[in-house]
Amino acid sequence: MIVIFGIFLLTLLVITAIAIVRTDNLFVAVMLMGIASLLIAGNFFLLDAADVALTEAAVGAGISTVLFLSALALTSERERAKSSNKLLSLVVVAAAAMILIYATFDKPRFGDPGAPVQTHVAPWYLEKTPEYIDIPNVVTAVLGSFRGYDTLGEVFVVFTAGIGVLFLLGSGVPLGSLPQDKINEGLRHHLIPRVVGRVLIPFILLFGLYVQFHGEYGPGGGFQAGAIIAASIILFALLEGEQRALSVLSARVLLGLIAIGPLIYGAVGVAGILLGGNFLDYSVLSSNPVKGQQLGILLIEAGVGITVTGVLLSVFHAFAARGR
Amino acid sequence: MTTLLDILSWVLLTLGGLSILIGGIGALRMPDLYTRMHAASVTDSMGAILVLVGIMLQAGWSLATIKLIAVLLFLLLTSPTSSYALASAALLAGTRPFEESVQDDDEGQE
Amino acid sequence: MYYVVTIATLVTMGLALIRAVLGPSVYDRVLAVNMIGTKTVLLLSVIAFLYGRPDFLDLALAYALINFIGVLAVLEFFRNRALRRSTERDKGGVNK
Repeated sequence: MIVIFGIFLLTLLVITAIAIVRTDNLFVAVMLMGIASLLIAGNFFLLDAADVALTEAAVGAGISTVLFLSALALTSERERAKSSNKLLSLVVVAAAAMILIYATFDKPRFGDPGAPVQTHVAPWYLEKTPEYIDIPNVVTAVLGSFRGYDTLGEVFVVFTAGIGVLFLLGSGVPLGSLPQDKINEGLRHHLIPRVVGRVLIPFILLFGLYVQFHGEYGPGGGFQAGAIIAASIILFALLEGEQRALSVLSARVLLGLIAIGPLIYGAVGVAGILLGGNFLDYSVLSSNPVKGQQLGILLIEAGVGITVTGVLLSVFHAFAARGR
Repeated sequence: MTTLLDILSWVLLTLGGLSILIGGIGALRMPDLYTRMHAASVTDSMGAILVLVGIMLQAGWSLATIKLIAVLLFLLLTSPTSSYALASAALLAGTRPFEESVQDDDEGQE
Repeated sequence: MYYVVTIATLVTMGLALIRAVLGPSVYDRVLAVNMIGTKTVLLLSVIAFLYGRPDFLDLALAYALINFIGVLAVLEFFRNRALRRSTERDKGGVNK
């Protein structure tokens, strides 16, 4: 029955994708992409992958939509007329799709208990996590400890993306002064969203912190928490104006956050070396190896969360400042 | 007692599902933006309350109920705000209501 | 017992999607996105209980939040665009 629900959601996703491709109004395309992201997140949830579903929703449906819209505010709304030579592109895309579909014939069937991943890798992680790390959420254990190098690479990718955008767009410090009639426009003029926002933003921040530190016990972790905290500050910027959001968390502080996150992660790794183990070996961080692993995962998740918050907020301010 | 709770949640969940469906059909078939908003808000208020209270009865007194209360409060607090913001944005951008549906009291004052 | 609600919610998401694809004005589409967002929240809550995993309710809360922020962001940007276009027209101006 769950499979039927999943297939239904995927059918809706295909319809959305066709609509995204066929429309030429880019705002419509952005909103349909938000819908597509929610549908995919629903599908991940049906497949029992809660961490991925949370990240997809927080980053895809929320932050990506906001960033696409701020980019679209700087350009035109309609797509320019497409160039010709559609036959060649159709042939290339069809060939690539055929090759990909042919490659999936060799994969084991979905959920096959005899597949290599189910007989070697997954049972090993499931058995060894209570022994080495002893936290209930195996996904965080794999992400933080067993595959810590990969997560280090991810943090550096986020860091590089943030630096790249800031090089292109500037750091978001305003170039001129805001025209006076714009200060009270838009949502800032309406009392109801502002009051509701002021009531909600502290709780959203608290929820972000909860997701950050709860990552060892349930769905959560650094990426999701960073996106939620960034979303709350973006809400503040939407409701109270960007100047006030920049006075709360200035561009310098955000640059500091972008730098400190990967630094924390790397420092935990180097601390492992200095205390006698390997790079990113958390067992040596404390007298009890299991406690050391938990402490290590806590610290690196904090580093990840700080990086993601800093990058997303800097990119948002960079786009929004250009709009003036 | 548990059978009573089960029957009650069955009833609430079914009514909630029905409200959601009615709201969805309304959003598709109503003639104008503002009437569609009326239909969509049925799903957000009635549908959400009935479904979430129905699940709460199944969960009993546990952490899950507190989380469900938090979700319900959040939905009840934010979906009217979103509808308000959407309606005022549409009105200020010049979308007029369906001619036969309402008399605009602000006409002549803008 | 949860299957009825799940099917109703999924069908409504499909109907809202049709509205998002069809809707003549952009505000219809924003309405449809908001509806799909809140339906996803309800779907998550119900399926979390269907699976017997009540600790997945954090996701429902996060989705509700993200949906709210997304709708407000969309409306704010439409407002800013309309405002900028009208000030450019008033200045007699350059079409960006």
